[in-house]
Formats: sequence, structure tokens, C-alpha cells
Amino acid sequence: MNFGMLITFIRQSVRLSSTLLLGSTGEIITEKSGNLNLGTPGIMAAGAISGIAGAYFYTRSGAAFNPILSIVITMLCCIAGSFLTTLIYAFLTVTLKTNQNVTGLALTTFGLGISNFAGSIINQKMGGSGVAAFPEIGKAYRASLPFAPKLGFVGEILFSYGFMTYLAIVIAVLVSFVLTKTRVGLNLRAVGENPATADAAGISVDRYKYCAILIGGVISGLGGLYYVMDFAAANWQNNILDQFGWLAVALVIFALWRPNIGIIGSIIFGALYVVGPFLLKLTNQQQELLKILPYLFTVIVLVITSMRNKKENQPPQSLGLSYFREER
Amino acid sequence: MTKTDKSHGEPLIHITKRADISFWQSVLIHLLGITAALIICSLLIIFVTGSKPLDIFKAMIEGVVGTPAANSGINKQYMEFIHKTAILLAISLAVTPAFKMKFWNIGAEGQVLMGALASAYCMIEFGGRVNNTLLLIIMLVVSILMGALWAVIPAICKALWNTNETLFTLMMNYIATTLVSYFIMVKDRSGRSDLGIINERTGYGYLPSLFGRNYLFNIFITVGLLVIMFVYLKYSKQGYEISVVGGSENTARYVGINVKTVIIRTVAISGAICGLVGFMMISGDLHSIKSTVVGGQGFTAIMVSWMSKFNPLIMVPVSALIVFLSVGSKSATSAYRIDNSVGDILAAIVIFSIIACEFFTMYKIDFRKSKRRADT
Repeated sequence: MNFGMLITFIRQSVRLSSTLLLGSTGEIITEKSGNLNLGTPGIMAAGAISGIAGAYFYTRSGAAFNPILSIVITMLCCIAGSFLTTLIYAFLTVTLKTNQNVTGLALTTFGLGISNFAGSIINQKMGGSGVAAFPEIGKAYRASLPFAPKLGFVGEILFSYGFMTYLAIVIAVLVSFVLTKTRVGLNLRAVGENPATADAAGISVDRYKYCAILIGGVISGLGGLYYVMDFAAANWQNNILDQFGWLAVALVIFALWRPNIGIIGSIIFGALYVVGPFLLKLTNQQQELLKILPYLFTVIVLVITSMRNKKENQPPQSLGLSYFREER
Repeated sequence: MTKTDKSHGEPLIHITKRADISFWQSVLIHLLGITAALIICSLLIIFVTGSKPLDIFKAMIEGVVGTPAANSGINKQYMEFIHKTAILLAISLAVTPAFKMKFWNIGAEGQVLMGALASAYCMIEFGGRVNNTLLLIIMLVVSILMGALWAVIPAICKALWNTNETLFTLMMNYIATTLVSYFIMVKDRSGRSDLGIINERTGYGYLPSLFGRNYLFNIFITVGLLVIMFVYLKYSKQGYEISVVGGSENTARYVGINVKTVIIRTVAISGAICGLVGFMMISGDLHSIKSTVVGGQGFTAIMVSWMSKFNPLIMVPVSALIVFLSVGSKSATSAYRIDNSVGDILAAIVIFSIIACEFFTMYKIDFRKSKRRADT
């Protein structure tokens, strides 16, 4: 691997990492409230297709193309779409106290189904063959900081990404801060560890759960939007987001439920995912085998943390359990 | 209404746990739920296609049971529906013992896939070298072992260190998927990253067709599994132990059940049956392997098992309903030229409404009655 390839490799890793980072930051907020949302892949897909739908209607409207307006519209559509999708999960698991694993898996089926369905409709309307593509919007999302090219390879590694990469890091840092340093974060963690105690302390368990699940869902949805708009340059492809959704769920464990560790973790996952073609000596088969590594590392982290049994590295204690006040 | 009254007033909706619910009441709630789901589905179909939902449901039924013309040959179209139901049912039966123990094994997808991989591997490696009956036995045994192995690794970690099994089994799915694509790339000689039909000319390692019908072997195996699982869960000592561990681990410990043994044993059984299903899929139906061969049925089976309240007999109609939605919508969508992912959406809506029904069977909702308030 020569120097130029190394730079490309680092850039690709960081670019992919933003999808995983946003997805996992959202899932961390959700899990901190004691809800395991296995619907994350579905929510990411729903968020992504909502953005694509927004892009479709915007380009169809006939208005003169404005890059900033296109970003605002697609982002708002994505937020609305992932919010509504997550609301199904939140209502079922919090209000109706359904089983979280089953509801989450059904939501993944639902979200992927919706996204494939809407994707193929948009595809058809745009001429039928090929993919739904919005090159101008992709370009708007990918626009880098103006001074990046002047800084040589430093600029390429640090400043050449679209704005959502920085947004992802800012959100992760902010969520880490809120979770560990503020009263809201403390209350949220109390709800996830032991809702009965939190309830007794006067914290509204249901309200915290709803807010955490919905905010988490929207952040995960933005991860899906980032993938289609920036990484895939606003090209829609069916059935692509579920693998990244599950990787985001894996990353939550790998990062020990801390978004700031997630920043590094996501870059490692991204690197493992894209490294294959850069290792010229490997055959195709060996490259394929490399894709096991993110999952394998996650399993190892999961087993080691459970063996060491340190309180601060464990999943939230009541993760996966519904809370009913009268059942104590 | 005075001010003090308001601050001490009851909430508008009061939710209490039901002590008991009659069978018919529960059936009624579920029927209402499914009806509501089908109404939502119909509205969705009208919105998407603009045609009458009844026409589409008719197209769905035709796609499942087949038109008379399609059923005149040897391969009856409804057999395919029965076979698909049997496979989903078998996976649902497989995951049930672990779930009943509250062990959240969501790795059925990977366990079936490992069984399928083992079968395909044996078909390629031993096909023609040993006698065909022996080959089938080898395939069966290796598949079952691989499925059990894939399940038992998380179970051992759970028993020893209380490792979160939901997340662990989920990761195992993707390790299995990648292993299968690796295997295909290694074994593939054509460069299409697809193995095609294995042993197409020789038929080594194929389950024979019974009475001139395909799939019958798989259907019989599933019926056998259904009976065995029903008896095992309801009447055997081990089935009783599973319920006790699922109810309360502490209680199980006090009555002298070795919880760790029960966890590992039960999950191994679960995984072994998943491996068996992998064998059935490869040897009895597809004779080929792809990394998407299970196609999410491992996850669907979890929902089927849960919706049936872990009762093997209820799983039969539930898995038939889910397969009906997916097979039927596939044929209806091709008739109306819409994408077949609409089947997933319909299935998800039905599942949402069935699991939501559970709330109404578990809890009772009382609305505030102003009259009673006036009395007190």
C-alpha cells in the first residue's frame, strides 16, 4: 500500500464510520433508557428513504436547485420519517409493554419493507431502469470545507468530508456529555438501570423512555440518510442498509455504551469493512473473510466485559424489560 | 368539580393487570386485532394500487392455492405453500424451548445457516464417495452438530459469565453469513459467486421424494417435530424444568434444578433443531447454497413463536398466516406490477397488531367513571 492509497483508505474508513457512529449513538441513547431497539436497521432504512423521497419531490417541484435548501428538505424528511417509524416501536414497547425483541425485529422488517417498496416506486417514476439518483444533492452533501485542498494530506484526512461527518462526531460528544455530566443524563441512566427506583425518586419513567427512544431513533435515521446521501452520493439501492444497521448495534457493545468511545470504534469498524481491496496481497476469498472481524471483535468485547463484570461496562441492568408500575 | 377534587382525581385511564382471561375472550381480542390489521393492509393496498382490495386478496389466495391449471401437474402449487409453512414452523419450534426459558436466542438465522452450510459441504465433499444413505446420515448428523455448536457457544458464556445472549446470538448470525459467502467463494469454480445446483446430475445427498411428491419428507419431519416438541414441553421432566427456569431462576435453584445445565442443554436442543432445518432446506428442497438462503425466516420464527405464546399447536396457523402473506403478496404484486416488498410490510403490520393484542389480554383498561366519583 503506497502513501496515496493509505490516504484513500483512511478517508474511506472515516466516511463509512459516520453511518455507524450516528446509528450507534442513537441506539446508545435508546438502550440507556432500558429499551433494546432491534429495529435500528429498519429505522435507518426508513430515514434514508424518507430523505430520498424528499429529494424526489424537491427535484420534481421544478424550482431552481438550491444546495442548502435541498439539504434542509431531505434532512427534515429524514427526521420526520425516522420519527414516525420509531414512534411505532415506542408506543408498542412503552405504552403497550410488548416484548422489545419481537417488536424491534418486526420494526426492522417493516422499515426495510417500506424502504424497498418506496425505493422501487421512486425508481419506476424516474424512468424504471437503474437506480434513483440525485447527483446534485449528493454533491451538496459531499461538499468539503473550502480550505481543505490547500492543506495537502492533512486537509484530506481531517477536513475533506461532508458536513454530516462532523455533525456525527459533535452529536456523539454531546450525547456523551449529556449522559455523564447532566441531571437529565443521570435520570435517564437511572431509568435504564432500575426503573422502579427511578419512579420512586419522582422521575417519569414513560416520558424519559419515549424521549430517549424517539431522539435515538431520529439520530439513527440520520445515519441512514448520511449513507445514501454522502457515502453513496444520493443513489438509492434496495437492501443495502440492514447490514450497517446491525453493525451499528454491534458497535454499541464494542463502545461499551459510550458514544465517545464509539467515535474511535466506528472508525475501526469502518476500516475493517473497507480494508479488503487495499490489501493487495489478499485474494477475494480472504477479503471476504475479513468482514467477520467487526462481529468477532464485538463478540470478544462482549464476553470479556461480562467476564470481568465491572459495573460501569455492563449493559443497562433492565435492558429489554418492560416496566409496569404495579408489578413490583 | 372543586379544585381539590381535581388534584386528587383519578387519572382518565387506569390500567390494571388481569388476573385471568377466558380463552374465548383472548381469541376475540386476537381476531379483532387481525381484522384491524387486515383493514389497515387493505387501505394501504388501495392507496398503492388504486384497485379493489378484494381483487388483490383473491390474487393472493390464487397465488397460494394455485389455479386448477397450475395444480394439474405433478408439482402442486399448494405443496409449495405447505412446504414453506413447514419450514417456518420447524424453525419456530426450534427457537421455542430456549424462549420459554427466557433465553433470547435471536440467532436462529445463523444456526439454520450453519446447518445448511454443513449439509452443502458434505454434499460436495462426500457426494459419490460413500453410499447415498450413508451420505444423508452424515449430512444430517453434521448439520445438527453445527447448529447446536452455533447455539451452545453463547449459551455457555451466558451460563458461566451471564453474557448478554441477545447481542451474542445476533452477532453469530453475521459471522455465519460471512462464513457461507467465504465458503461459496472458495468452492465456486464458475466465478459467478453462486454454486448453482450441487450434484445436479448425480443427485447425491438429495432427500428422496415420497409417493411421487416433492417436499413430503420435509413435511413429515416437521410434523414429527411438532408432536415431539408438544410432548417434550408439556409432559416431560425437562420441559417442566424449562418452564421453572423461565419463570424464575431463583425458584429453580431453590428446588434443586441445576440452572446452568438446563440453559446449556435447552439451547443446544434449540440449535440442533435449527441445524436440522438447515439440512432439510438444502437436502430436501434447494440443493444449493447462498448466504441469503434463510432469508430472515430465523427472525420471523422468533415472532411466530412469541405470538403463539410458545404453544406448538398455535404455531401452525400463525406460521401459515405469515407464509400466506408473503407467498400471496408475491404473486399478487407481480400481477399488479408492484414491488414484492409489500409482503414484508403486510406481515409486519399483522405482527404489530398481534403483539399489541397481548397488552389487552394481559391488562385491563378502566376509564374514569364520573358517576362513581360522585358517589364517593
